[in-house]
Amino acid sequence: MSPQVARFDTPFVFKSGKAIPGYELMYETYGTLNAAKSNAVLVCHALNASHHVAGTYGGDPESAGWWDNMVGPAKPLDTTRFFVVGVNNLGGCFGSSGPRHINPATGKPYGADFPVVTVEDWVNAQAALADYLGIEKFAAVMGGSLGAMQALQWTIAYPRRLAAALVIASTPKLSAQNIAFNEVARQAIITDPDFHGGHFYEHDVVPARGLRVARMIGHITYLSDDVMAERFGRELRDGMQFGYGTEFQIESYLRHQGEKFSGYFDANTYLLITKALDYFDPAASHGGNLARALETAKGVKFLVVSFTTDWRFSPARSREIVAALTANRTEVSYAEIDAPHGHDEFLLEDPRYFALVRAYYGRIAAEVGA
Amino acid sequence: MSGNLKTNGNGNGNGLRSDYAVIAAWVGEGARVLDLGCGDGTLLRHLRDHKRAFGYGIEIDDDSVLAALSNGNNVIQSNLEEGLAVFGDASFDCVVLSRTLQAMHHIEKIMREMVRVGGEAIVTFPNFGYEPNREQVAAGRMPVSKILPHNWYDTPNIHLCTMLDFEDLCAKLELAVLDRVAMTDGRRIDEEPNLNGELAIYRVKRGERLGKSA
Repeated sequence: MSPQVARFDTPFVFKSGKAIPGYELMYETYGTLNAAKSNAVLVCHALNASHHVAGTYGGDPESAGWWDNMVGPAKPLDTTRFFVVGVNNLGGCFGSSGPRHINPATGKPYGADFPVVTVEDWVNAQAALADYLGIEKFAAVMGGSLGAMQALQWTIAYPRRLAAALVIASTPKLSAQNIAFNEVARQAIITDPDFHGGHFYEHDVVPARGLRVARMIGHITYLSDDVMAERFGRELRDGMQFGYGTEFQIESYLRHQGEKFSGYFDANTYLLITKALDYFDPAASHGGNLARALETAKGVKFLVVSFTTDWRFSPARSREIVAALTANRTEVSYAEIDAPHGHDEFLLEDPRYFALVRAYYGRIAAEVGA
Repeated sequence: MSGNLKTNGNGNGNGLRSDYAVIAAWVGEGARVLDLGCGDGTLLRHLRDHKRAFGYGIEIDDDSVLAALSNGNNVIQSNLEEGLAVFGDASFDCVVLSRTLQAMHHIEKIMREMVRVGGEAIVTFPNFGYEPNREQVAAGRMPVSKILPHNWYDTPNIHLCTMLDFEDLCAKLELAVLDRVAMTDGRRIDEEPNLNGELAIYRVKRGERLGKSA
């Protein structure tokens, strides 16, 4: 398995009204599309992930896909039955058209001039990829967190192009607190002297300090208070040094995560993705009524999953989605998994969570003939 | 909470619990149904297959949620004690609470919630007035039976009542009793139901002239 590029020579018009003359999407597929083309599943990534959902490159375990525990042969999303598509979203930094790509108008990288992307834009680009791959209708679109917002958007924008949506650890819109965390992360990047207004490529630097801090803030919101206490507590690496070095284990963890992230992620992409998160609010154009926003999604079947210790997108936010769906008499099942790890739980292998997803795909397989 | 209680039920020979057959007879074709404490979703599935009903089950227990989902149902994991806030008024034709009432803390709250979200409510519970129960109490012991299999110290059944008691509560909550069936060993009991019936099945709705309060 290796990533592939889909090239589109038609302009892409963003929700903002801005456009790019053509674009590329990096994608991977797993399994085999059946003759009826009824077994395709789109897996949408969240903030820092990519088209590389499952499997390894050349058997190197370090290269395992970001949802490799969930997707693969005999896994809950079983690639011996389903044809799974992973795609790097527009504006990303793993091969799809984004800030690092050359702006044909200037001959230089887009940098900060890459149009601001929204979840709607991503889903429109994913639909173009589906056309390219000859997939008229997905058996399911699945995602966690920001990925789940894309699944939700699919049911709104293209309800006849998917049979089921798996919406995991998500929310119908960010809270002011969620936006506040994103804004602190953005400010960390934008105020880094190496950011150069988003045109740092031409200065041959990266705003690594800003990215590190942004990632540290993110990580705080991904973990629960309890799991942080359990994993790190107040443990010091080497007693009190009465200084600002790396003393507490939690500091060491956050700095390590920030360091790792700043080495591979693009600062402009980080800004774009946090903006897409902030803007997502499908109910806004329906007077704040989510049920009305989801009216077009009536024919889609939903599995909604939340985790009790997720304070970033708490179960109450998922229940808003469930309430809107039941008000519309849409087919929906909802599980609230009592698990300790906070928002990150959606990427971890909890047996109850995985059993539900497996059972749900069993139902989908029976319905679509996968 | 309820999933384990449901397995104590009596079959009626064709695999469906006998009270389910009574409930199914009361549910109209194509009805919108909410099954509170749906267990593995057997009733919901039966109503879907035989009455073209559309509905959701509510369950708190992880294993039951998985079983109900695997059974092809819509199941929503939620704690009934916290009410039914996720559902709007009059969202359903019928709300079922089967062999679960007696294990709940907030009886009046759930009864009010049932008739808020549903036009009709169907409630089934073990009848504490059943003669063998009375005999055991008269002999100085808490009753233990097929339908009430637990000891007093390990029972989930914290709010047991007789049919008369239940009807008093309905009056207090201004609920009209539309139908009432008592059963023992899967058979209908018409004579002195509060004495001869081990399982009570009620169909109630908000009283017409008193509809404002619930």
